[in-house]
Amino acid sequence: MGIAELAFYTFSMSTLIGGTFTVVSRNPVHSVLWLILAFLSAAGLFVLLGAEFVAMLLIIVYVGAVAVLFLFVVMMLDVDFAELKAEMAKYLPLGLLIGVIVLMQLMFALGVWDYSSGYEDRVAAAIGSGTNTAELGAIIYDEYILIFQLSGLILLVAMIGAIVLTLRHRTDVKRQDVVAQMMRDPAKAMELKNVKPGQGL
Amino acid sequence: MNEFFSTNLGIAVILLAQTLAVVGFVMISLLFLVYGDRKIWAAVQMRRGPNVVGLFGMLQTVADALKYVFKEIIIPAGADRPVFILAPLVSFVLAMLAWAVIPFNSTWVLADINVALLFVFAVSSLEVYGVIMGGWASNSKYPFLGSLRSAAQMISYEVSMGLIIIGVIISTGSMNFGDIVAAQNGDLGLFNWYFIPHFPMVFLFFISALAETNRPPFDLPEAESELVAGYQVEYSSTPFLLFMAGEYIAIFLMCALITLLFFGGWTSPLPFIADGPVWMVGKMAIFFFLIAMVKALVPRYRYDQLMRLGWKVFLPFSLGWVVFVAFAAKFGWFWGLFARWTVGG
Repeated sequence: MGIAELAFYTFSMSTLIGGTFTVVSRNPVHSVLWLILAFLSAAGLFVLLGAEFVAMLLIIVYVGAVAVLFLFVVMMLDVDFAELKAEMAKYLPLGLLIGVIVLMQLMFALGVWDYSSGYEDRVAAAIGSGTNTAELGAIIYDEYILIFQLSGLILLVAMIGAIVLTLRHRTDVKRQDVVAQMMRDPAKAMELKNVKPGQGL
Repeated sequence: MNEFFSTNLGIAVILLAQTLAVVGFVMISLLFLVYGDRKIWAAVQMRRGPNVVGLFGMLQTVADALKYVFKEIIIPAGADRPVFILAPLVSFVLAMLAWAVIPFNSTWVLADINVALLFVFAVSSLEVYGVIMGGWASNSKYPFLGSLRSAAQMISYEVSMGLIIIGVIISTGSMNFGDIVAAQNGDLGLFNWYFIPHFPMVFLFFISALAETNRPPFDLPEAESELVAGYQVEYSSTPFLLFMAGEYIAIFLMCALITLLFFGGWTSPLPFIADGPVWMVGKMAIFFFLIAMVKALVPRYRYDQLMRLGWKVFLPFSLGWVVFVAFAAKFGWFWGLFARWTVGG
């Protein structure tokens, strides 16, 4: 067994273990930490495939930003573990059923997997000789620039929508005027007094 | 002998030796960085600083480290034990991990990968986990508040740091440190370095680096006047030592990054002097001196001002700079100062 195989089995095992414990863990914070392990191992698998750019992006975006937000939310929530476990027992059969159905669908789909005719014209061109960062950039920004920009626009709209939905501008609270704070002149705001002993002000 | 080093075992031996060399360099410089930090701080405040253990107190850090190691590890009763122990390990290991791609000379690098800059950025974005896990696992109010602060702070400044890095990547056309330094190597010595075209970003990067490593004046996660010591409150002995070491290694890494990105890495400032790793280490030491001076001179920020600075000043400025650099590089403004693609990828 070569080094690459060894690395592959290590990463896939830790992905599976991470995924399993994400579901099984009783403590939601532990779940998120296992999820992070799964993400990191998946990034390792990407590196083995020679897709180092995607691997790094996976770490930066999912582990560095998304999972931190998960962790944030989960830590701040006041979760009653006993209640959660009772609910889990109630919904377990339904969850298992859905899982089995999805698994069977996947097996059906993969079992009869075939390409339709003329698919060669529709797939993106194979990666050239450059590094995969440069090739990915050429594909996204030269060939599919419109689709890329449109998907960015959709995300922007979603973000603005979320902000508008939650924005509540309260007028009854005292706010800081940062510029006014910074522009304050010490000479006008305070005064040095020479207090004589025994006299006071 | 040559045959042995081309087998798998031989390569493993070479890798191990190289790794040990880098780890050894980082750990030994760590000892003197902590000492230097305390000495500089003391000099500014007109104190003597550590001066008892060893010559001029140089071995003070060794004594401190030994003291930490031989103390008892105290784990609070309500703490989440595995996560509590894991947090300092994560903090330390991740800080060490990024050194794998930091070059010290044109061929002196552990892993010469073509996404090296992204790797460093990814690892430093993971460093926040040590702090969050430590704060949460302590099961206490002050550590938790400290870790929440730190998470928000590190993520905010990572964004502007990433944008500054993108400017450098656009200029070079590569994410490999070797290419980035090669692009700054020319006949003009130090006038070839990126700090001239990317001038304002050097300051932004320096300040973001301070915030990213929770260094004063942005050390709000451990602000002793409000949060006792933030996420480190419940930690003692070796776990605390690991947190502390991880913090200093991350700071030293930031010094290396500033050197590589803006100050020409191992190239010498004058064209007729030979390049070499001594320049790299020397520049890193200078930036560490600056960071130590900032700690001594500047008072701590208020938290809302810290967030305001990150999101409302740094982010728009660095975003605008990326757009500017992209145009300047594409259309060859300023005599091609911004586009050095011939050397890169």
